[in-house]
Amino acid sequence: MVDFLNAFALLSNFVIVPAMTYGSQLALGALGVTLVYGILRFSNFAHGDTMAFGTMVTIFATWGLQSAGVSIHPLPTALLALPVGIAATVALCLVIDRSVYKFYRKSRSVPVVFLIASVGVMFVLNGVVRFIIGPGDQRFADGERFIIKAKAFKKLTGLNEGIAFKTSQGLTIVTAIIVVAALFWFLNRTRSGKSMRAYSDNEDLARLSGINPERVVMITWTLAAVLATIAGVLYGLDKSFKPFTYFQLLLPIFASAIVGGLGNPLGAIAGGFVIAFSEVVVAYAYKKFLTYLVPEQWAPDSLVQLLSTDYKFAVSFVILVLVLLIRPTGIFKGKGA
Amino acid sequence: MKKLLMAAATVALMSTPVQAEDIKIGVILGYTGPIESLTPDMAAGAELAIKEISDSGALLGGSKVSSIRADTTCTDSAAATTATERLVTSDKVNAIVGGDCSGVTTAMLQNVALPNGVVMISPSATSPALSSIEDKGLFFRTAPSDARQGQVLTAILKDRGIKQAALTYTNNDYGKGLAESIKANFEKAGGKITISAAHEDGKADYTAEVGALASAGGDVLIVAGYLDQGGKGIIQASLDTGAFDTFVLPDGMIGDSLPIAIGSDLNGSFGTVPGTDSPGAAKFSDMAKSAGFKAGPFASESYDAAALILLSMQAAKSSDSNVFKSKVMSVANAPGVKIYPGELAKALKIIADGGDVDYVGASAVELIGPGESAGNYREIEVADGKNTTAKFR
Repeated sequence: MVDFLNAFALLSNFVIVPAMTYGSQLALGALGVTLVYGILRFSNFAHGDTMAFGTMVTIFATWGLQSAGVSIHPLPTALLALPVGIAATVALCLVIDRSVYKFYRKSRSVPVVFLIASVGVMFVLNGVVRFIIGPGDQRFADGERFIIKAKAFKKLTGLNEGIAFKTSQGLTIVTAIIVVAALFWFLNRTRSGKSMRAYSDNEDLARLSGINPERVVMITWTLAAVLATIAGVLYGLDKSFKPFTYFQLLLPIFASAIVGGLGNPLGAIAGGFVIAFSEVVVAYAYKKFLTYLVPEQWAPDSLVQLLSTDYKFAVSFVILVLVLLIRPTGIFKGKGA
Repeated sequence: MKKLLMAAATVALMSTPVQAEDIKIGVILGYTGPIESLTPDMAAGAELAIKEISDSGALLGGSKVSSIRADTTCTDSAAATTATERLVTSDKVNAIVGGDCSGVTTAMLQNVALPNGVVMISPSATSPALSSIEDKGLFFRTAPSDARQGQVLTAILKDRGIKQAALTYTNNDYGKGLAESIKANFEKAGGKITISAAHEDGKADYTAEVGALASAGGDVLIVAGYLDQGGKGIIQASLDTGAFDTFVLPDGMIGDSLPIAIGSDLNGSFGTVPGTDSPGAAKFSDMAKSAGFKAGPFASESYDAAALILLSMQAAKSSDSNVFKSKVMSVANAPGVKIYPGELAKALKIIADGGDVDYVGASAVELIGPGESAGNYREIEVADGKNTTAKFR
């Protein structure tokens, strides 16, 4: 029994907790992508860099608060700075929509034109963020780092294996649940949410029933900006902020959105966790885990690792390819990629 | 008449006093890239030696020496090759101090230095692969090969009674070479490396890598990476998940920024960095201070690289790489008068008078085998959030 608990603790520490956290971060990112896809009907490649922009503004606000001596110990100060980042990102997204996407919307361009325009926006934002904050690592996490440390857990339970649970991991999971609940409440219960869904289902019919398309677009960008900033700040708190990693994050985020079904919010969440868990589960070495579970003479000599951790990204793409082959609309029925 | 001319020409050739000339030394290091925090001091070290010799007026009949910098980027072989090509073919440098990282150094040597016949002395390329590379006697290094660092680390691990260790390395020439050397030496000494896994630099999260390392287990984790890069991430993730408590830090991980970034959890970890307790090191440190730079990692090796090049020119009475390359070993090693930093003018004079020198320099240079430093190391231990010197090896 103790062996079983040890094995479970080990797996929790290295697989379940990190994958839950990563999955929540991906889900929040994928929700933003999927909303824009569902309503504006294009894949927004600038989403990763929108996340980076929001996080950057939040970091500056955090530094400002820190130097002013404001703190909400044991929680990170960045939570207090988050509204500033959100406000700036919402403004940015609305300005970009006015200056770039509106033109194409008026001329009723095909989605691929929007997509290419978003690639342009991505490069501009990428440059702006690096220009302002620099390409290097920025750490802005403060407050209590751990909810429970591995050593403390070992002492508490008397097990050989500890489970470390970082504050940032707890925050990420809790925030993700709150944000998702709020989003679904908004989409299903409010007038604006319903008009968004109507617009997404059938644009012309929605216009005929008196829904103002510009208002729907504005709300969509606002939601996307809020989601991007929250996802970016949580990722930065949990790992570290570096513009380039946010750019790279775009790939697993899109994989999540597509696997779940592009345009379907529920799918984005499921996709995020599918991608996160498969990346972590496939790359984990099970030697120690099995050693606890099987009789001593069966204990493996090798690492029992399916794939080296270098292939983590490849895993999400294999899943993406499989899903597209077998079920092109994603796990939950989306609009098709 | 013809005979007379011939004779005159011969006489002229025999008795020509060495002509004063303008000698150029290329200082090619990674001023941008993963070790950009170290290279300004390294270049300053090399240029200090160049200035000392140029100002003495004693080199090859009063020749003046100048230096030209170029960037290797540390990682981009194509960029390093282009930069070196420019210095060799258009600026016509007589010799090169550089490159810095092992991968780009190999590229510079094979693509430019060998075809053009230019001597290269690297102050910091430590990959064991450079020991066996075909160099036509043109390549030397004042840094020891990592094959030696593997031996030293093994000795330290044995002294501390460590039998099992997990090993992770940065995925490039430096990391791979060092990891292989550590593994081979440690296993020969009866230890066990439970896993040897690469990590990529520049990632945000290393939990998955640490998961695999933790599953393999071990008393300590050897991190053959870079302190500002993945190495730091691996250590942070290991501490966060409680996978390892003690870390072994080879030279790429030694620097003031690491203990500051990690904090008190790093106390008790240990490692190695090239260094010596010879009087030259202290002297160089003073000279660096008054010249306005810090005698940081590999700065003394850079000073020695530049000094060796110029002293060898004096010994060969020529600034031509293909001529003076044969003198580098004899200038660096015994017999002869021991030369410390700041005594380069004295060395030039001894050589000009037909004497022998044994260049010790700032890093206690002793060239062995294919022209690389025998290697003196400082054993570092992290205590109270600082790197402290435990002893010299």
